[in-house]
Amino acid sequence: MSMIKEPLIPTVGVITDVRLDTPDIKTFRVVTPDGKKAFDHRPGQCAMLSIPGVGEAMFSITSSPTNTEYMEFSIKKCGCVTDWLHQAEVGQNITIRGPYGKPFPVDTEFAGKNLLFIAGGVALAPLRSVINYVRHYKDRYGKIDIVYGARSKEDLLQYREIIEEWCKDEGVNVYLTIDREQPEWDGHVGFVPNYVKELGFDTDKTVILCGPPIMIKFTLAGLTELGFSKEQVYTTLELKMKCAIGKCGRCNVGSKYVCKDGPVFRLDELDELPNEY
Amino acid sequence: MFKCSVNEIYNVFAKIADGKKLYVPADNKDGNAVYTEWAEGVELSNALNTAKSPKDFFFPQFENLMEFKVEGKSIEVNDIREASEDFVVFGVRACDVKSFEILDRVFLVEPFDSYYASRREHGVIISMACTRPTETCFCTTFGIDCTNPGGDIAVWKTEDAYYWQANTEKGEKLLAALELEGCGEDAVNEQKEKTAKVMSKLPLAGLTTDSFGGGKTMELFNRPEWKTLSESCLGCGTCTFVCPTCQCYDVKDYNTGNGILRFRCWDSCMYSDFTKMAHGNNRLSQVERFRQRFMHKLVYFPENNEGIFGCVGCGRCLAKCPISMNIVKVMKTIGGND
Repeated sequence: MSMIKEPLIPTVGVITDVRLDTPDIKTFRVVTPDGKKAFDHRPGQCAMLSIPGVGEAMFSITSSPTNTEYMEFSIKKCGCVTDWLHQAEVGQNITIRGPYGKPFPVDTEFAGKNLLFIAGGVALAPLRSVINYVRHYKDRYGKIDIVYGARSKEDLLQYREIIEEWCKDEGVNVYLTIDREQPEWDGHVGFVPNYVKELGFDTDKTVILCGPPIMIKFTLAGLTELGFSKEQVYTTLELKMKCAIGKCGRCNVGSKYVCKDGPVFRLDELDELPNEY
Repeated sequence: MFKCSVNEIYNVFAKIADGKKLYVPADNKDGNAVYTEWAEGVELSNALNTAKSPKDFFFPQFENLMEFKVEGKSIEVNDIREASEDFVVFGVRACDVKSFEILDRVFLVEPFDSYYASRREHGVIISMACTRPTETCFCTTFGIDCTNPGGDIAVWKTEDAYYWQANTEKGEKLLAALELEGCGEDAVNEQKEKTAKVMSKLPLAGLTTDSFGGGKTMELFNRPEWKTLSESCLGCGTCTFVCPTCQCYDVKDYNTGNGILRFRCWDSCMYSDFTKMAHGNNRLSQVERFRQRFMHKLVYFPENNEGIFGCVGCGRCLAKCPISMNIVKVMKTIGGND
């Protein structure tokens, strides 16, 4: 029986590594049963992961496409599927399908630009893919600035990679901040929006902004004060999804479907959508 | 054009049903017309249209998508799709025929939905022209002609005969096999004229889409009338379930005790948990959910589909809504031609 490939039918993925990144975020490494990467993706794209009997949900692929061996997902424990994943051990099979969504325009609109990444909490997960991609092809971009904040030092995602790799990269400036003072932290203390204003970036940059809605709201206000225009700022949206291919209707906002027209949007594109995300 | 006498129709059905499943509208014991598999003795309903739309034939209310076998940490994914068999649906009205084109624009755009595609490929649609459209009908608003119903084969029924005309290759093949008698079109043309006159005098004949269509999102989204229109909406979802074009679905898993089935079923944007996820819900109130349903049909869908609206004017939601709210009231109020 020859049939066209059905996009809703996933393939099997194997969890080969689980890393506790923060008290409530784990990073999972996933490959196919024969040890390969399940599929190629572009920075910012997502995948549907599922556990049969529990459910399927969309996650950003946090590893860079330049990693040709495996994919990584940084997942916060906050619902049915994520709770289940958090108790999964190495060797556990899951299902995986993708890649889904429109990626960040790393090879077009970002090319040759100075890039300013701003993230809060678990929202570093989708940006890590882009950051590691542009770090890999550093000669294609200008200066790279990264502002990242979390509640505490322990809540900073990928802390080791940030300290041991990003901070040591030439042409990359990393600015970390945590919400409240704590022992053994001599870095900046304060919320991301204020820190961005304090740092007072030049407007010769393309901004990639991702975080909780409240952080995005105040950071945008700060960026506007600094003189950035909406055409310079990119973000990603996150809505309930079931099919991931623009048919089940769940992530529809205005005439767009976040699963296929997003999750990456430029702010001036968001202006044309009803404020319902 | 071909014809058979009214008395011969069940002989024709028997020919069609020989080798293929044939579904026709027949009255159930509650008096509702429902698509029923035809067999000797099943009588064709006289109802204007079926209670539920025929979208089930291609996009069933419930279907299993795949199966998982789980053992310890390992998972096996099994594609349990069965090859579709050829089938024929008789008596589909023009509005419902048009709804298939709208569903095609969802399921048959990349990436194709193979479940839907396979049924679409194997189904033959025999439409039937309307002769007595009623006060809930407004197909003309969407440019649909109920006297020219389309489909693979179109059928017109007069007092003494059924007239058949093939519109597609699939239709021609089936019609040729029926070996009906060739005939002129006079009787059909006469009937078309009569029906068009009835249609033009119906209460919804003047309803227009002028205020709607792509590009109207910002203009219509924040209109204050959404609140009053949605105030009494129960969120029951009846409108979405009887709607021939509503296509939102849910995907869920079911443990059979001998494996896990992943199935899909119809869902409704009118339901409170439709957009609910672990980190929140972007449509918290019924105003937002109600608005989504109508904005999608009247603005978002046409914006993505060359101006084609996501409604065919079948009138089922007008007849079935328990609080008598419907797309016509929305169009009149938001469109300002109340």
